[in-house]
Amino acid sequence: MIAGAVGPVLELEGISKRFGALLANDGVTLSLKKGEVLALLGENGAGKTTLMNILFGHYAADAGAVRVMGRALPPGRPQAAIAAGVGMVHQHFTLAGNLTVLENIVIGSESLWKVGMNRDGAIRKIEDLSRQFGLPVDPMARVGDLSVGERQRVEILKALYREARILILDEPTAVLARPEAEQLFRILKGMAKGGLSILFISHKLHEVMGASDRVVVLRQGRVVAERVTAETNPAELAELMVGRAVARPKRQAHAAGAPVVVAKGLRVSRGGGMALDGVDFEVRAGEILGIVGVSGNGQAMLGRVLSGLARPEGGSLTFDGRDIARMTPRQAVRMGIGRVPEDRHAEGVVGDLAVWENAVLERLRDYARLGFVRRRAAMDYAEALIARFDIRGAGPRTRTRALSGGNMQKLILGRNLAAGPRFLLANQPTRGLDEGAIAAVHQELLQARAEGAAILLISEDLDEAVGLADRLQAIVKGKLSAPIAAEAADARKLGLMMAGVWGTADAH
Amino acid sequence: MTVALDILMTASLWEAVLRIATPLIFGVLGALICERAGVLNLGIEGIMTLGAMVGWLTVYWGGDLWLGMAVAVLVGMMMGWLHAMLTVPLGLSQHVSGLGITLLASALAYYLYRLWVEVGDLPPTIVPFQPLAVPGLSSIPFLGEAVFTQMPPTYVALILVVLVAWFLNRTPAGLALRMTGENPHAVEAQGLNPHRIRIWAVMVGSGLMALGGAFLTTAAFNSFFPTMVQGRGWICIALVVFASWRPGKALIGALLFALFDAFQLRLQTVVEGVPYQLFLMAPYVLSIVALVLVARRARVPEALMQPYRRGER
Repeated sequence: MIAGAVGPVLELEGISKRFGALLANDGVTLSLKKGEVLALLGENGAGKTTLMNILFGHYAADAGAVRVMGRALPPGRPQAAIAAGVGMVHQHFTLAGNLTVLENIVIGSESLWKVGMNRDGAIRKIEDLSRQFGLPVDPMARVGDLSVGERQRVEILKALYREARILILDEPTAVLARPEAEQLFRILKGMAKGGLSILFISHKLHEVMGASDRVVVLRQGRVVAERVTAETNPAELAELMVGRAVARPKRQAHAAGAPVVVAKGLRVSRGGGMALDGVDFEVRAGEILGIVGVSGNGQAMLGRVLSGLARPEGGSLTFDGRDIARMTPRQAVRMGIGRVPEDRHAEGVVGDLAVWENAVLERLRDYARLGFVRRRAAMDYAEALIARFDIRGAGPRTRTRALSGGNMQKLILGRNLAAGPRFLLANQPTRGLDEGAIAAVHQELLQARAEGAAILLISEDLDEAVGLADRLQAIVKGKLSAPIAAEAADARKLGLMMAGVWGTADAH
Repeated sequence: MTVALDILMTASLWEAVLRIATPLIFGVLGALICERAGVLNLGIEGIMTLGAMVGWLTVYWGGDLWLGMAVAVLVGMMMGWLHAMLTVPLGLSQHVSGLGITLLASALAYYLYRLWVEVGDLPPTIVPFQPLAVPGLSSIPFLGEAVFTQMPPTYVALILVVLVAWFLNRTPAGLALRMTGENPHAVEAQGLNPHRIRIWAVMVGSGLMALGGAFLTTAAFNSFFPTMVQGRGWICIALVVFASWRPGKALIGALLFALFDAFQLRLQTVVEGVPYQLFLMAPYVLSIVALVLVARRARVPEALMQPYRRGER
């Protein structure tokens, strides 16, 4: 690590930005030193992304200045930020799926009035950068064919190709699985050692603790604290970030009841292979069964089968002893099967409809008479959900898209739990949520468990799975391991299970 | 069958194919440039009509034929500018704006024509482009007559196909244009202005569309009448999809459609007892069939028809 002998490479001074009534940034001041990895920690809505967009020139700040290497950047001009050596990796990748890696990287690097392109030179430069920073990628591949992790490498290469000396990453691990995230941070640390300066935005405590040298905590648009990472701990950071002590709720021991959902030898094929290959599990009343695994191993298909969106080709699936292998989603709702889908934007809610409409969408018949929607009753129901599940920033008439991820998830969870389901499928229920929202979702799931619901939790987050589930099974290439008790699960054993080594896992 | 073969073996058929294809080539290249940048331009039908009118009018008023072409391009670019203003910075519906432009431009063309031109029993005429035999090449048997004895703008159209393909795939500006049609956020993130790129693309594309219209009045015919574009603009919109947004395939699509058209014209005269409307229909039906067969796997520019607003996802 290079000590801070030189002045800061990047300074933000007194940045303020207002959107309508919302003060997104309020006099934010921070600095980044050469060779440093700085984490900007804050909950969703704390103003992190706004700050980065100002820094990169997407927005002009209402007040304050951005200085790179001591020189002020003109506001609102991304080109100036790029020229000054600032590279940004956006949370939502700014890539074109139909174009090649090469094309995505070189765009904007040459004058638009140039008549030809130096393709070979560009390819060589990309290959050199790939080797130097450990970011392997094929320049001629079509971006749409790449995995999420590879796309992120392309984003980073884009910045490096433009000679970035300061790299800003907005929630870089939001779309990555854990091993990919760990690899990313190893690469970033290597870059910092090589003299680059890194600023990354995150709301994940373990990342910040593991990867940064220094942490700046942002809350409600203001810098509330700054810590050297080695001198702080996750509990302190969590409290600083949320503004009060938060702890994920703990699971209380209690005895499970009779099996509610039982699957035996479920098989579903997809493409040439098997999405689910002889899957056995049972979920009992008052119990949470956790399915852990790296995404893409059949979790999505399992979720589809349990929601009535896909039909198994073999094996049996019963709910209270009844065959539900061929149920439709509507029957699932009627029988008391609750579903929290993996992608809340795509499958959970209709973003352009109001909160009350989303609240009753699943059980519209209960809120209709003679084919007309009983608006008053539906509104009242939505009001009740908002109150009971603490859905903030929304009234029944709010457009659902305007809710934050956490509140949207509370709405989905609420409309499922209000009906007192016998069985709840919770597929990645806290993906992308901040610490406060995660605690709220966990609390609701544990509450439902205490009330006797059988819950199947599909999660990539091991802390979450171990914290909530009574028993755990790993999913690997469409196969499920035998269950183990949560008490018996440690990182090593789970790691082996997720790698598909059940024999070893069972032996302990 | 032998009748069909006989027709296919005549050089004059192929000469006609290239002539019929020329306005389509201009139009389809214009539509393709707009769409690769992410803007659907349904103004094409009207822009072609207006281009046909002003190109002709320039010559009628004593201008050179090439000056007529240039004026058409300029007027087309003005219409494109209007469409771009409505759909790019203002982000209005591209369908509605495009159809509006078509209505406006067509009506304007006819209005100005009636205002400025004395029409008697027959519409006034100009001296149109004459076929230009390319020295040397035109004496090749069959090919010389079929390909190398064309109106000068036809050669321009063929060269333009190569130029547009080269521009899109081999220049930084072409890459920026394509990226704007795929993901304008990426363009902005790299320090370029996606609005400016789209506005220019729509203007240049509309200029080419108008050129296609002007060919009708200065080369294919020698007078203007308001219905003369006859849906060629709409055909171009379909051809872009048929071509999967690629200039080379667009040329093939335009030639294919022109072949159907030229073929049915000749078939009409030989085959008796079949209502001629069926023959007239044939190119359109075959185009739809071709579209279904070819275009299902086409890669649509991902941001086509999506207005770009700064700082919004």
